[in-house]
Amino acid sequence: MFKRIMAPVDLAHLDKLERALQVTAEEAKLHNAAVTYVSVSAAAPSALAHTPDEFKARLKDFASQQALAHGINATSHAIISHDPTTDVDNALLKCVSDTGADLVVMASHRPGLADYFWPSNGGKIAAHTNASVFIVRDA
Amino acid sequence: MADQTANQGIPEPEGTAELINTEYEIGQDNVEGTLGPFGFDVHNPVFLISGLSIVAFVFYALALPEQASSFFGWLRPALTSNFDWFFLWSANIFVVFCLALIVSPWGSVRIGGPDAQPDYGYPGWFAMLFAAGMGIGLMFFGVLEPVYHMAISQPLGVPSPIAEDGTIIPGNVEAAKQMGLAATIYHWGLHPWAIYAIVALALALFTYNKGLPLTIRSAFYPLLGERVWGWWGHIIDTLAVFATLFGLATSLGFGAQQANAGLEHVFGIPNNTGVQIVLITLITGIALFSVLRGLDGGVKLLSEINMIVAALLLVFVLVAAGPVLILTDFFEGLVAYAKDVIPLSNPHGRQDTDYMQGWTAFYWAWWISWSPFVGMFIARVSRGRTVREFLTCVLIIPSLVCILWMAVFGGAAVDQVLSDPATSAVKAQVIDSYNPPISLFAMLESLPMAAITSTIAIVLVIVFFVTSSDSGSLVIDTITAGGKIDAPVPQRVFWCTFEGAVAIVLLVGGGLTALQAMVISTGLPFTVILLLMCWAIVKGLMAEKRVSG
Repeated sequence: MFKRIMAPVDLAHLDKLERALQVTAEEAKLHNAAVTYVSVSAAAPSALAHTPDEFKARLKDFASQQALAHGINATSHAIISHDPTTDVDNALLKCVSDTGADLVVMASHRPGLADYFWPSNGGKIAAHTNASVFIVRDA
Repeated sequence: MADQTANQGIPEPEGTAELINTEYEIGQDNVEGTLGPFGFDVHNPVFLISGLSIVAFVFYALALPEQASSFFGWLRPALTSNFDWFFLWSANIFVVFCLALIVSPWGSVRIGGPDAQPDYGYPGWFAMLFAAGMGIGLMFFGVLEPVYHMAISQPLGVPSPIAEDGTIIPGNVEAAKQMGLAATIYHWGLHPWAIYAIVALALALFTYNKGLPLTIRSAFYPLLGERVWGWWGHIIDTLAVFATLFGLATSLGFGAQQANAGLEHVFGIPNNTGVQIVLITLITGIALFSVLRGLDGGVKLLSEINMIVAALLLVFVLVAAGPVLILTDFFEGLVAYAKDVIPLSNPHGRQDTDYMQGWTAFYWAWWISWSPFVGMFIARVSRGRTVREFLTCVLIIPSLVCILWMAVFGGAAVDQVLSDPATSAVKAQVIDSYNPPISLFAMLESLPMAAITSTIAIVLVIVFFVTSSDSGSLVIDTITAGGKIDAPVPQRVFWCTFEGAVAIVLLVGGGLTALQAMVISTGLPFTVILLLMCWAIVKGLMAEKRVSG
């Protein structure tokens, strides 16, 4: 049913992604689909990486680990943005078409009061892409 | 290379980055959590100390207004008159240092590593350079300064062409006109941009080439080593937040008064606190919209729009006032600046203390107190340029643009004063009485289509405030998040709103003058910090690989 899954990940908060990563791997195996792990970062140093090259390498490593752990075909796609806080939604939307993904699997928090002011990334992606979107909430 | 264990297994960087080997992990001192429905991720203790000390100083200014006003009212002129030599010499050192770097072999070091591509094209980059830290000043001083220096402050003792009875003294005209422009260009040319360039280069180098967090303390790593992550660094960052927030808030408060004076002059809108609060709320509201849209969709876009409108206004004044006359002023001003920049930069044996202390030393302290904000913002948007390209574009080209601006607006105003002193509105608002916010509108009203151009000028003033406010909020948010530029959105909303709220409280309760004097006083410690940054830049560049081009 699906050929390519795009899985946006925040490497700084992997603890919150456990269920989403599990769902990503299961969907990939079920549909024999390739997975592209996508992440957005700034060029300035962060806790994850000092440089964009480091960030790319780190995401690539993460994708390899996922491929090995779940026996799936996985690649990575790092996006370097000027202002990740505000650019992340549009960057991910562009990435859906760039990667040719037909399914997006991503984690999202449960909606709360703040979502009336700043909609969740998952909500924004689902509202603006043609691909199917699987939002995975906390247990 | 980075410590693998401490950095949770960060792989070796590709390319030839010369990262500083520190065990500090960006964000390790941060406190992450939620406050009600909103997430936060702030540096402990910089966020809390900055916020609380700002509130404490606002209370001080409100609770003891006379004491605050007399203390800071004494402190600021005391610093600029006793340390005038220190400010002037330091600014000279910054200019020479930047010019020397342009021609040195280190000029070929690229910010972000040899393979880095520029983050922004030239138009967007230039627009942001101007909009953050200088646009608003050009609007207010473009007419005022050339006229004032020509007629009143008499730099280097060049006599005024205006006699006490208001008539022109023909023999003094040419020299005074040129000196008026040269003395203005001196304040808006190489020196202020060198001040911004030093901070920006130091931060860009230690962030993008050395892998340290984007925050002021990182430039002090060569000096303080690992201690920079402790209290020394906390103090430096807190001082920067403090100066930036109060600098922006007091400018916003005064700016609202000035914009209100302009609105009254042009449209007859009443000049009172209520209108000024509406203006501050409007500016803060647009700035909020801008920070929520982000760096590209908000700050850069507004900066570009503003630069286009400013350029159109510049071309209009140039054409309306007579291009030949104005371009002659421009070249004469440039020549006069080249001739007089050395005597103007020399603080010793001068008789013109009103100009040297009241204007030059004041300006230098002012630029320097703004430099953490503007410098850090420039650093953030300058990745991918070589040091030579960076300094040429941050130092030489903005200086030329400022010279052109001053020549056009100042030249047009000076010509109005000299050609018809009896009826000149500029003479009435600058020389006969001192009304800085009206000076620009006084010049425009003597040109055609004054109603349209004055409206455009008011819009420009408001939007230049917005572009300072939004970029300032991003800078403060980054510093108080320990150098993280992807902190949750509510934080930048908080700082932007806080700045507007402080401006309103100070406007209503009094204290704008006292706290602006305090901000300018921070120029003294920051001058020392900037001198140390020059040394840090050299240390940083020595470890970098130079590339061709």
